[in-house]
Amino acid sequence: MNTIAETRSKSLLYLEDVSVSFDGFKALNSLSFVVEPGELRAIIGPNGAGKTTMMDIITGKTRPDTGKVLFEDEIDLTRKDEADIAQLGIGRKFQKPTVFESHTVWDNLELALNRPRGVFSTLFYKLSAEDTARIEEILDTIRMSHRKNELAANLSHGQKQWLEIGMLLAQEPKLLLVDEPVAGMTDAETAETAVLLREIAKSRSVVVVEHDMGFIRELGVKVTCLAEGSVLAEGSIDFVSSDPKVIENYLGR
Amino acid sequence: MISAFIFRALKGHIVVTVAVILAFAVLVPASNLLLAPDHALHIPTYVMSLMGKYLCYALLALALDLVWGYCGILSLGHGAFFALGGYAMGMYLMRQIGSRGVYGNADLPDFMVFLNWKELPWFWYGFDMFPFAMLMVLFVPGLLAFVFGWFAFRSRVNGVYLSIITQAMTYALMLAFFRNDMGFGGNNGLTDYKEIVGFSVQGGGTRAVLFAMSALMLALCLLIASAIVNSKFGKVLVGVRDAESRVRFLGFRVENIKLFTFVVSAMFAGIAGALFVPQVGIINPGEFAPANSIEVVVWTAVGGRGTLIGPIIGAVLVNAGKSYFTGAFPELWLFALGGLFIAVTLFLPKGIVGTIQSGFTGRKAMRAAADAEKGRGDVTAVAQAAE
Repeated sequence: MNTIAETRSKSLLYLEDVSVSFDGFKALNSLSFVVEPGELRAIIGPNGAGKTTMMDIITGKTRPDTGKVLFEDEIDLTRKDEADIAQLGIGRKFQKPTVFESHTVWDNLELALNRPRGVFSTLFYKLSAEDTARIEEILDTIRMSHRKNELAANLSHGQKQWLEIGMLLAQEPKLLLVDEPVAGMTDAETAETAVLLREIAKSRSVVVVEHDMGFIRELGVKVTCLAEGSVLAEGSIDFVSSDPKVIENYLGR
Repeated sequence: MISAFIFRALKGHIVVTVAVILAFAVLVPASNLLLAPDHALHIPTYVMSLMGKYLCYALLALALDLVWGYCGILSLGHGAFFALGGYAMGMYLMRQIGSRGVYGNADLPDFMVFLNWKELPWFWYGFDMFPFAMLMVLFVPGLLAFVFGWFAFRSRVNGVYLSIITQAMTYALMLAFFRNDMGFGGNNGLTDYKEIVGFSVQGGGTRAVLFAMSALMLALCLLIASAIVNSKFGKVLVGVRDAESRVRFLGFRVENIKLFTFVVSAMFAGIAGALFVPQVGIINPGEFAPANSIEVVVWTAVGGRGTLIGPIIGAVLVNAGKSYFTGAFPELWLFALGGLFIAVTLFLPKGIVGTIQSGFTGRKAMRAAADAEKGRGDVTAVAQAAE
């Protein structure tokens, strides 16, 4: 087991003793959690375990009552808002696919592209050759080049999920938080999404929240199981799924 | 950079609309001034002023469309910015009366003499100068929008709550302006104007110039609005309307985006108010009435929000209808307006222009799809038409 000092020296995201309660309900109960650079991590847990609340805290949507949330060892995320945190390099995919439905696939990616985001820089923005190339590249990665001029509203559920992942890529984040990426997907789409996420994780850290055990097995990564707002078990999928506490709380007998 | 920004404004249908408005700016005054009164195409001065009034309303609806149609902020208080612009112009016109008022006081407007005031309040200073007054036409509505938006958008007041506080804002301003000690003429407002930049307000030539100015400003603001919505900023605006949290998590400062748009829109409304006042001849606190702001929403919805051109058409059509109805069947107008709003919501949710546009693109997509099926054309044409 690593000591705290050792872990801290190389963490990308570091949560220590984070607690938050809503109207007396403890959504997170002294949660500690570390993500290292380049890591792909899966998070499982029953409903109400605090998975989404944890993402809300990391991305600045919710402020914790107590505890430390550090990005790259020194940036205190509890003092920043969503826009700041996004610009620091944390991208977030929502549970429900959230894309700009009245824009084309291309425009969705153009908006997400990591470029100056002020009022006047967007007013006078001109698409450069470099940006065009980058968007084409992302379209290839998410396999949607042939639909780039289509309105996002006309995409299927699975394609919207991929487009949103593509938008996160365009943001060039160091850390990607992905909430239930395969919910509502067909088996084929699920398998493809696993390939996509593994590819993305080559160049950045990714945290995936998922219920689909088959999908997590396919990812083949370290798993953290949350329950009642704190970590229940952590390790390989086989280790975690054989843990008696995990079986009782989440998997069922 | 700037040229690209301006160039983007020149979408086909915008260019056509601007050309039509500019043609109006020339032809209507020309017909009024050059043709003999008994000529078939002669437009009488009162009709021209009425049309000028519609153009001011069209500009107000365009301003609302920018925040409502593109950014999703349903402002039920845009009449306030219109009225403030109008008051700034009214104050200038009052100062131009000079000693020709009923009391013959060169230093004070009549209502101040009547209230027994001895000197001009500080906030009337400078309004005898035209450039200063015109600056205030932009600055006062812009400042109110900035302060209001700063607090509202920073505390993330959204949706119906925001609509309610904009409504409260215009109502509060109405009550304030009704008070005599506010120093804006109270109940009676500002009226009895004589001159604007040295020309008689009643003169036929002045009326023609005012009409032309209304058309020119409408065309100019339409171009600015088009440049804004066709830039990347405009795409962000639509993003804020459709999925605000996504925009936020992409790293944009949503509050700044909304604030900028709200201030620009308030300034458009201020210009509209300033052009409205000399053509109508009066500004009073009634212009702040909440019902006025709601009417603007109806015009915009009828014409088609989020289309820029729709609100202009909606404002002109509804107001022309209003002029006809209130003349022919005065007691029926409100029923007609209410019925119109219900009918548009039920049968034309995209408004007139929105429905026509989606009809066009729909047919284009169908044609392209049919072509593709027969092996002609290509798939990208289908995709492009679906845009």
